[in-house]
Amino acid sequence: MQLIPCPWCGPREEAEFHYGGQAHVAYPEDPSALSDEEWAQYVFFRENPSGPFAERWSHSAGCRRWFNAVRDTRTHDLLAVYRVGEPMPEVTA
Amino acid sequence: MTHRTPTGGSIDRNTLLRFTFNGTEYTGHPGDTLASALLANGVHSIGTSVKLGRPRGVVAAGSEDPTSLVQVEAPFSEPMLLATTVELYDGLVARGLSGQGRLSAEPDPARYDAKHEHCDVLVVGAGPAGLVAALTAARAGARVVLVDEQNQAGGALLGVDEYLDDRPSAEWVADVVAELKSTPGVLVLERTTAFGMYQDGFVLALQKRTDHLGFAAPAAVARHRVWRIRTRQTVLATGAHERPVVFADNDRPGIMLASSARTFLHRYGVLPGSRAVVFTTNDSAYCAAIDLAESGVDIALIVDARAEAPARLSTECAARGIEVRAGQFVTGTEGSSRVEAVLVGDQRIACDTLLVSGGWNPVVSLFSQARGALRYDSELGAFVPGEELPTVRVAGSATGELDLTACTRQGRDAGAGAARAAGFTPGGQVPLPASDSRCTARSGLVLWRVPGSDDTSFVDLQRDSTVADVLRATGAGLRSLEHIKRYTTIGTAHDQGKTSGMIAAGIVAEALGVELGEQRPTTFRPPYTSVSFAALAGRDRGELHDPVRVTSIHPWHVEHGALFENVGQWKRPWYYPQPGEDLHTAVLRECRATRESVGLMDGSTLGKIDVQGQDAGKFLDMLYTNLMSTLKVGKIRYGVMCGVDGMVIDDGTVIRVGEERYLVTTTTGNAAKILDWMEEWLQTEWPHLDVHCTSVTEHWATIPLVGPRSRDVLAAVAPDLDVSNEAFEFMTWHDTTVAGVPARVCRISFSGELAYEINVTGWHGLTVWKALMEAGKPYGITPYGTETMHVLRAEKGYPIIGQETDATVTPQDLGMSWAVSKKKPDFIGKRSFARAENNRSDRKQLVGLLPVDPAVLLPEGSQIVETDRLPEPPVRMLGHVTSSYPSAALGRTFALALVRSGHDRIGETLYVPVEDALVPVTVTESVLYDKEGARRDG
Repeated sequence: MQLIPCPWCGPREEAEFHYGGQAHVAYPEDPSALSDEEWAQYVFFRENPSGPFAERWSHSAGCRRWFNAVRDTRTHDLLAVYRVGEPMPEVTA
Repeated sequence: MTHRTPTGGSIDRNTLLRFTFNGTEYTGHPGDTLASALLANGVHSIGTSVKLGRPRGVVAAGSEDPTSLVQVEAPFSEPMLLATTVELYDGLVARGLSGQGRLSAEPDPARYDAKHEHCDVLVVGAGPAGLVAALTAARAGARVVLVDEQNQAGGALLGVDEYLDDRPSAEWVADVVAELKSTPGVLVLERTTAFGMYQDGFVLALQKRTDHLGFAAPAAVARHRVWRIRTRQTVLATGAHERPVVFADNDRPGIMLASSARTFLHRYGVLPGSRAVVFTTNDSAYCAAIDLAESGVDIALIVDARAEAPARLSTECAARGIEVRAGQFVTGTEGSSRVEAVLVGDQRIACDTLLVSGGWNPVVSLFSQARGALRYDSELGAFVPGEELPTVRVAGSATGELDLTACTRQGRDAGAGAARAAGFTPGGQVPLPASDSRCTARSGLVLWRVPGSDDTSFVDLQRDSTVADVLRATGAGLRSLEHIKRYTTIGTAHDQGKTSGMIAAGIVAEALGVELGEQRPTTFRPPYTSVSFAALAGRDRGELHDPVRVTSIHPWHVEHGALFENVGQWKRPWYYPQPGEDLHTAVLRECRATRESVGLMDGSTLGKIDVQGQDAGKFLDMLYTNLMSTLKVGKIRYGVMCGVDGMVIDDGTVIRVGEERYLVTTTTGNAAKILDWMEEWLQTEWPHLDVHCTSVTEHWATIPLVGPRSRDVLAAVAPDLDVSNEAFEFMTWHDTTVAGVPARVCRISFSGELAYEINVTGWHGLTVWKALMEAGKPYGITPYGTETMHVLRAEKGYPIIGQETDATVTPQDLGMSWAVSKKKPDFIGKRSFARAENNRSDRKQLVGLLPVDPAVLLPEGSQIVETDRLPEPPVRMLGHVTSSYPSAALGRTFALALVRSGHDRIGETLYVPVEDALVPVTVTESVLYDKEGARRDG
């Protein structure tokens, strides 16, 4: 049972968290201005890297706050956590 | 005849315990295991093998034993326990198994629980290395947890009669344990097996707290406890298991690991037999032979597979009249229920016991679970920890080190290193005890098998898997140990290959002609030893398994014979059968009463979310497909929510409570999901919006009052309210007093009838319900449940999210384009509506189906096809039936369905395969009752 450091509550067990997929995929400013393909990219396509990956997590059984984390998908190590709206920190995997 | 030594062993010889095995009564002593007590009674044959029915005995003295499976019958029936780990108690009843047990049909009355523990240093294993590690860390001031699977500390020392610092090793052990137990912050757990090791220092351990007490176990004490340990640093001092050598007919009872025979002798005062042959590849078995000889066992011969026998130990054997033959092998055995003779070359040696030692396998299971890489040690013939981990250290024979002094030094270093890594400074060094052991096992020969009959050379005694099976696997082209494990089932029994896995790997490497170092060992997975589901479940059983949510009106439903339906965690009244009624007759009655006069239901489970803030309207405009910000205070609007893909995720009503306040309702099962959905958008996309969402589901008791006479009933209990259609319009709400209680009454209908939804605080729910029942008496008011609600709404073509929809259905597919705003520049899902895929004319759309035979009820989920005869497969499926009911109002059955191009097929005849027949159905609009909406205003 991995510990996930919630930026609001500190390290808690992973069972308290909910995964939210890739981070920094903003809702488009004006969806109507997008082509079908551009819109499909937003709706359906996500990165799947081997290595550091910025993700959204929600401390759903705790403070219920969303935050972002950089996780190394090869090891599950969380390299950084940061609050919504903050830029992704530099990490070394 | 007893096989008990006159003295010795840590058993209480003054107390006699009676037990029954395979129907025969025996006696033993406190301190015995079931296995030691059976061996003391000369019982070696425990059960039979799973496939071949060959007799099986006791191979090892501990949890690594592959064969001594029993079913304990009393006090409570429990299958698949090892006789070597069942502590004896008075009245124990057990029988041997042939690889399969039987679960009790009775509920287990015992309690199980779990406990969290946090520490700086966890030490697994209370053998010499673990004890020194724990003591070192404890003296440094660290919070230490020491777990050990045995009922007393000592580890391998329990099975020998060696001295430490010129006194019996048990005294040294007792001193260390006493110091540990008296040190604040140190927890010593006996009978506790660390069975799983996970990330970030999380370790699960199972403590058997009362099993050894048998019938005397106090009911109030949890029988098993799962310790959920979170530690900064871990020292694994898990020891080593002796490994056998495979040869023909190596599975007969009486064939035992040499060190286990020594353990039975020293720990339990039990002799494994009267005349023994010893077959070894290393020094350690000599000590077993010498100890047993000194206790009166006739050691017929030591067969040493090495070219040369060790000089000093051979001299010691010669002094005791024990013959040693080097460079020879045991090639087979004879016997029926027990070994009777051993074949060495062409010589047959009569005996009743064969002791085997093929070297030692470090117990690396937990290290491997912690993702530690393993390395093949060719001198040892075993996988050993192959790297250092930042938070896990290994000490003692678990590293492959077999010299006791070296093991304790490793323990001290690991304990100090762990304490330091956890932020403590170890003081003076713990002194290492001096050992008088004369056997070190390192100078061994790696020998997996003696060539012989492959079909009777057993690799996994529990699975009846032989050398022939392994060769069949490699012959079939399998090369990976993982594949061969699954093909042969070697290592998949209760013991997870503790004694067989390494040998299987060795035989595979030989057969493939590869180096073992190039083979990747099979992955070790939790649990290390068997853990019952009851222990894992702990207290989370029965009513504590999952919360049951009931409404404030629930007692009334129970009292009036309602049957309940589970909706998420909620118990909802399903229908209220009267004497002699089944589901169909009760629901027809409830439907008729509601449509003809008045009915009421408990709608309190409806999800309710209070949405407040300056931007609440703007926010809801983005979430719903229609406009909410234009709703006037006092009004209500139905809304649909979609995902970004344009598929419907929920629907419900929105009530504008104030300028900056809305009350949103969701379907019962989606309440939590929709609140999460709102929070997600608010927190991650629109944090600048001033909106706050609060779940208020449980604050309100909600009672829909439905039917043409509902206005009369409401008028009777709400004297301050003008219930006329002019004063109280459809889709508006009023705060008033109902049955003397402050209430919010909404004019909403989920049935097409004149209806009111009465909301009061949960506290008053039951009172108001009873008042409505009383006021409705003159009209024959009828309570109805979820089934009638479903029928009434289906007659009107109202979809239920999750029944008519499945995340591939758009509002347009449901015929709800009217609920999709054309004015709003954007809302979630809007852009997807313009996608080509969303505009295909052959999308599945919601329609009604009327079976041509009005008595035929279509099963929900049925497929729909185009032709009255099924063509050759693949048959084109047009869709499926989503809801299907008999209808009192229509006087026939009907169904709702999702059908390809359904809106264009109205009037067509389609077919529904039901069992062997194709049932013809007519496609209709989804609204089947009161299409004009004439009944809405009463």
